[in-house]
Amino acid sequence: MTDQGIGARVLRKEDKRFITGKGKYTDDIIEPNQAYAAFVRSPHAHANVKSIDASAAEAMEGVEAVLNGHQLTGDGIGNIICGWGITSKDGSPMNMGAWSALATDKVRYVGDAVAVVIADSKAQAQAAAEAVIVEYDVLPATSNVLATLKDGAPQIHENAPGNLIFDWEIGNKDETDAALATAHHKTTMDITNNRLSPNPMEPRSAVATFNEADDHYTLYTTSQNPHVARLVLSAFYNVAPEHKLRVIAPDVGGGFGAKIYIYPEEIVCLWASMKTNRSVKWTSTRSEAFLTDAHGRDHVSTATMGFDKDNNIVGFKINTKANLGAYMSLFSSSVPTYLYATLLSGQYNIANVYCDVQTYYTNTVPVDAYRGAGRPEAAYLIERVMETAARELGVDPGELRRQNFVTQFPHQTPVIMAYDSGDFAGNLDEAKAAADVAGFPARKAEAASRGKLRGLGYSNYIEACGIAPSAAVGSLGAGVGLWESAEVRVNPVGTIEILTGSHSHGQGHETTFAQLVSERFDLPTENIQIVHGDTDKVQFGMGTYGSRSGAVGMSAISKALDKVEAKVKKIAAHVLEASEDDIIIEGGEVKVKGTDKAMGWHEVGLSAYTAHNLPEGMEPGLKEGAFYDPTNFTFPAGCYICEVEVDPATGVTEIVQFTASDDFGTIINPMIVEGQVHGGITQGIGQAMMEHAVYDEGGQLLSGSYMDYCMPRADDVPNYTVSHHSTVCPGNPLGMKGCGEAGAIGSPPAVINAITDAIGNNNLHMPATPSRVWAAIQQVSAAHAAE
Amino acid sequence: MTKISMTVNGKARSVDVPDNTLLVDYIRENLRLTGTHVGCDTSQCGACVVHVDGQAVKSCTMLAAAAQGAEVTTIEGVAAGKDDLHPMQTAFKENHGLQCGFCTPGMIMTATDMVKRYKEAGKTLDEDAIREELEGNICRCTGYHNIVKSIADGASKMA
Repeated sequence: MTDQGIGARVLRKEDKRFITGKGKYTDDIIEPNQAYAAFVRSPHAHANVKSIDASAAEAMEGVEAVLNGHQLTGDGIGNIICGWGITSKDGSPMNMGAWSALATDKVRYVGDAVAVVIADSKAQAQAAAEAVIVEYDVLPATSNVLATLKDGAPQIHENAPGNLIFDWEIGNKDETDAALATAHHKTTMDITNNRLSPNPMEPRSAVATFNEADDHYTLYTTSQNPHVARLVLSAFYNVAPEHKLRVIAPDVGGGFGAKIYIYPEEIVCLWASMKTNRSVKWTSTRSEAFLTDAHGRDHVSTATMGFDKDNNIVGFKINTKANLGAYMSLFSSSVPTYLYATLLSGQYNIANVYCDVQTYYTNTVPVDAYRGAGRPEAAYLIERVMETAARELGVDPGELRRQNFVTQFPHQTPVIMAYDSGDFAGNLDEAKAAADVAGFPARKAEAASRGKLRGLGYSNYIEACGIAPSAAVGSLGAGVGLWESAEVRVNPVGTIEILTGSHSHGQGHETTFAQLVSERFDLPTENIQIVHGDTDKVQFGMGTYGSRSGAVGMSAISKALDKVEAKVKKIAAHVLEASEDDIIIEGGEVKVKGTDKAMGWHEVGLSAYTAHNLPEGMEPGLKEGAFYDPTNFTFPAGCYICEVEVDPATGVTEIVQFTASDDFGTIINPMIVEGQVHGGITQGIGQAMMEHAVYDEGGQLLSGSYMDYCMPRADDVPNYTVSHHSTVCPGNPLGMKGCGEAGAIGSPPAVINAITDAIGNNNLHMPATPSRVWAAIQQVSAAHAAE
Repeated sequence: MTKISMTVNGKARSVDVPDNTLLVDYIRENLRLTGTHVGCDTSQCGACVVHVDGQAVKSCTMLAAAAQGAEVTTIEGVAAGKDDLHPMQTAFKENHGLQCGFCTPGMIMTATDMVKRYKEAGKTLDEDAIREELEGNICRCTGYHNIVKSIADGASKMA
């Protein structure tokens, strides 16, 4: 047997090109006759565009063209759409405002593009963009939900009165109200989920080439889902029909959700390439990334949880107001609804849950999925409420959770989801042991002797991944199916190519997917090549997000491998004159069990392609495809325990210990999975303590660079203790649940619960910066002084 | 336009470029050495770190003209030979110190520089020191856990 199969810590196949500087990212590509695009962006959050004077720019050296939104719409380029329809409580559809890739008459956020300059060099394009004179009639603006919903607030889209996009609900309101009325204890909290900028380290980039002779377009772009990009660019934006458009996402430097969407810049580069008959490249600066990459989170909620006299949860009621920015991005509507409120039962047995959600336009960049997408918002809400409730009830927060855990599966929650597996108490126990919770009082006392406040916080998260069963999401409003595809090509010499609709932008698919094949056919991973990210090479696929590439993408590969295995056995049985049932695949050979009769794996490949001696009626070749549509979501879950020390004089908080016990189902490569958890936790710590995308009241972005937006750095975070306590997912052939988002989902509440434990004040919002922590400490001191 | 000459990865290079050309653009656009990356525009992220006359430099913060006559090493030039890996490159692979790979060249160039400086100063490069020395390099994928391990391992491999 090879030692490269399921469960092996195989070093990554893709690493060599990255550590030697030979990765090929979109900005590394230079096409012959390439020009550069620079966008003219609105400096105003809300304004009517009175005029655009490009004459000075057009006269500048190297300028090929200056193009505007009227030309774009005049050429039939369609408006940008949201692909998930949400219906309001009253049955009305969501109010989707028009979004043109280049604004025509009105701009709605700072960074909204009104024109593009195409020039011979990047510097020439940028200089000319600055010379385009745009006259604006500036309008009042609004940047947060509490301001945008007020009477008299500026109206952002004509078809969305009060800036309301939809008013949606889930669960049973009357029953939840009735249950809460009987509660022995109620915990009510106002909880905000801070706005974030995703910040993959590779900025977005596009290189578009129109080939006039073939009437064909090629787009290199930083995408997590190149086929979805091609579909949307064709079907909705009318750039080109699908068979005349090739989309390639080569090496992509991180995504975290921000590279799911098809942005104005990609549409404009394609169109401008046709207009100028040149290749057109655009690469975002980091400043542009802060202004234009879809942001994440930005919820304001009120939640009430009720308990009976034995501390069992009787009901949970939540109202959430979500800021979706100036336009509805591709999956924006699904994030604060079906990806969020369906997880509000948490790991707990709650008979009654009700949530209603209002979403609003503001004059800010669109908000959409960012690592976790809705599920971090749910976990943060429920886990902060649980911890606070335990403090109010005077019980151990771990034990309050334990007594309310779901323990029987399948478990139908009141908010759609049917949990299929899990051992929540097992994760709690494993994390408690690893974190030495029993030793915490001694550590707290020792910290106190040094003048430090030490605190401990739990988070027992659950998420819905393996996104998603197509019919189920279709019934909830999704405009696409969320299956995945795969093709397995065994070459005549026995090497294997796997074509997958998933896309790797850091997740290590080239290794993990090869391990799956290695496990199945007992072949070394170097004989297996993973092909992804090119619509000309790979069959239609849905891409990578929502922790789906293991549970859905690899399940598709597994199905295709089933077909290949069956054919291999048929060929070998025929050639070796044995029964198919006696054929085994092992050690690079295809053998007849219990005999010395065998063919080399490569000989079976060759037999399939020479076709000299195949079973009667069998087609030549050895290539099989499969589409896999999941039957349910998967439910990764776990327990995170964070321990902090706070300096009461300054509010400076140090994470001194962070322990994770996750249930991801089957794990293919523990090394890669642990890496995903480390990165996810760090993004969660960033959200909890550092990161905040801030607009002023007039809609100017205040956190527009790494000078102002605080990214976690190496000396901000600790080493992590990560372990796995897994139950097998019954819903897919590999038993996988997904691991990509867990860290970012589970960690923020653990951090805030630890800090609030340390300082003795539950009134603390993310990001818990030193000044906020210090202020919260002062609030407690003032209250004590007043007593 | 000015003719800017320097030695890059042991090779003499000479290119006519506009006077305001940044070293990173000279390396990426003119020499087509695209392993050096640009992740921000405020000299914060460190994806563009190269060595200029033996010192780690953010190449987005230096004019190409300022490197006239210098010896420059980029990620493509750190290994001893064509088929070799630098011990720090090996350490990043063996410790899973990278995911998307975009920050990795800058991390490795920063790491080799820090190991050299600590060695020359006779100081111990422990975990706290590594974390502090990485202040100028941002990674969004790994959470730094395995980068810190990689650098510690690379340092011992370089010893």
